[in-house]
Amino acid sequence: MAKEAAYVPNILRQGRWVPWLYLGPALILMSIFILYPGLNTLYLSFRNQNGSDWAYTTCLAGQPCWGIFENYRYALTSSIMRTAFGNNLKWILFMVSGTVLLGLLIATLADRVRYEALAKAIIFMPMAISFVGAGVIWKFVYDYGSSQVQIGLLNALITSLGGRPVSWLTEPQINTLALIVVGIWMWTGFCMTVLSAAIKGVPAELLEAARVDGANEWTVFWQIRVPLILPTIAVVITTMIINVLKIFDIVYVMTGGNYGTEVIANRLYIEMYTSYNTGRAAAIAMVLTVIIIPAIIFNIRRFRAQEAMR
Amino acid sequence: MASVTFEHVTKRFGDFVAVNDLNLHIEDREFLVLVGPSGCGKTTTLRCLAGLEDVTEGIIKIGDTVVNDVPPKDRDIAMVFQSYALYPHMTVFDNMAFGLKLRKVPKEEIKRRVEEAAQILGIENLLKRKPRELSGGQRQRVAVGRAIVREPKVFLFDEPLSNLDAKLRVQTRAELSKLHQRLQTTFVYVTHDQMEAMTMATRIAVMNKGVLQQLDTPQNLYDRPANLFVAGFIGSPSMNFFPAHIRKDGSDLYVDADSFKVKIPEQRAKPYYNYAGREVIFGIRPEDIHNPQFAPPGIHAEPVEARVDVIELMGNEIFLYLVNGRHNFVARVDPRTRFKVGEQVQVVFNMDNFHIFDPAVDRENPVAVR
Repeated sequence: MAKEAAYVPNILRQGRWVPWLYLGPALILMSIFILYPGLNTLYLSFRNQNGSDWAYTTCLAGQPCWGIFENYRYALTSSIMRTAFGNNLKWILFMVSGTVLLGLLIATLADRVRYEALAKAIIFMPMAISFVGAGVIWKFVYDYGSSQVQIGLLNALITSLGGRPVSWLTEPQINTLALIVVGIWMWTGFCMTVLSAAIKGVPAELLEAARVDGANEWTVFWQIRVPLILPTIAVVITTMIINVLKIFDIVYVMTGGNYGTEVIANRLYIEMYTSYNTGRAAAIAMVLTVIIIPAIIFNIRRFRAQEAMR
Repeated sequence: MASVTFEHVTKRFGDFVAVNDLNLHIEDREFLVLVGPSGCGKTTTLRCLAGLEDVTEGIIKIGDTVVNDVPPKDRDIAMVFQSYALYPHMTVFDNMAFGLKLRKVPKEEIKRRVEEAAQILGIENLLKRKPRELSGGQRQRVAVGRAIVREPKVFLFDEPLSNLDAKLRVQTRAELSKLHQRLQTTFVYVTHDQMEAMTMATRIAVMNKGVLQQLDTPQNLYDRPANLFVAGFIGSPSMNFFPAHIRKDGSDLYVDADSFKVKIPEQRAKPYYNYAGREVIFGIRPEDIHNPQFAPPGIHAEPVEARVDVIELMGNEIFLYLVNGRHNFVARVDPRTRFKVGEQVQVVFNMDNFHIFDPAVDRENPVAVR
């Protein structure tokens, strides 16, 4: 047995250094563009606003201080960051469920119509628009004119039905949800496309067998189709969670994180480029990375499992 | 238990006519096999009966009920698919129980029925496994099991043996026949394999290009094919055909294929007197061509010269590929035959079993004359 395990086919006998030769370019590029910036960010997260001294020097007398972890105290406990965490949680809850459920619904329905390609192209179209463009479009939809004239689509509808106009983007209870709707509008196409491919991968005979067995369409969907595409649904969910944790553009363009709509990535941007506080920005970046890692690990595992099944 | 009736059933996909004016009555408890080459409409016919396709015209009845507008789940049928279509995320038990659960059958009853079916099929020890952990033969059994626990009025089989290896196919064929006797239910079975059709069916419906060619018992199909298509489709190797003329010489009739001429025995000549001088197609099965040395006694043997082109030894028999003039034909002869390739030999046609087809009406598919 031991002998067999040591057996290497001729084609793989390449000497000790040849594999490194193949790996070299990738390793060098990864080191320059990922490893070094990563380690440097970690280092900067323990430094002050411009990296000239350790973070504890920024502690103020009489205020709580976490010493060298001072930037993490800000990243984890400051009120603006707590708002950001809360909002990111909302984004995860509503946008992930919204995009996945809508994507699944549309993919299922589109599978049954003749003009499927057209329907899917339309749903997918927002993906092709830049976030900034989408932000501008939706600013018009949500526009709130202080005078009597409402040029915003939503408020125009509401006032024409006799309702009172709503300031969608500044009203604290609804503005984050309004932003999430934009996110759902943009990302449903992605979920739909991936789920649609999975749905088409379910053999038609299985669904027919279930129908002959006595299942109605509802049962076929929940007891046959969904269980069979569950691995794909899981990957779509984790991919969306990663996307949503990183959400930035929509918030930056539409509210700039004001009126209680702050999210982690936007705060990171503001600390870095508005407040010029690299220490805090680096700490937020590290926190965000740590939060995202489990989702990435899950996705990689899932991917490997699928590869292994082939 | 129920009969099945197709009345003027037509199914079109766009311009393509998959099933063309099908009339077919399947008796209660019959094992009916729909057979034909791929694309002949047999699977479409079955799918229409299952309710997986809507018919374009005509009506389908199960028992006395017209089921055209009844969804598959309410037709009281069970179907075994070619790919078996087992639910990959369920255990064997759950696969078999699925239909019963949907029908709200009590739990103990489900357990009893699944276990009984598993026992009939010899898969009791597999109930906790997932389909991917089963071999092809085991999956096939589970698919059959899933159908029988439902105790439906009609069983539908769509080429259920085509994914099995040759040995297992022969074995399963016998088991399905046994199952049919045991369940005493109507079976409708689709296959492209005429051997399966011949061995299992009570009656066979041969289809081609969407049209029912002949509906008869296996023996009658073999002995008295209605037309050239059926004659060529049933039997392996298939029947030899020779373009020929009927000639009259005194009171004797001959089949004249230019390079050979054989006499039609007197007791079989009657239907062909009117055909004297006319163009026909003469058909004879390979097993009715003998090496004169081993020809059975008492047959009307007519000698034909031929050159041996290819010899295939099968052990219990020999297939000879023979050439006579412009005709190529196959003979299935006694294994003791010692012919050599290239040799000019004499074989005999058993003129007790021959077929004459008349191309006058339908050149593509001449009808049998008898």
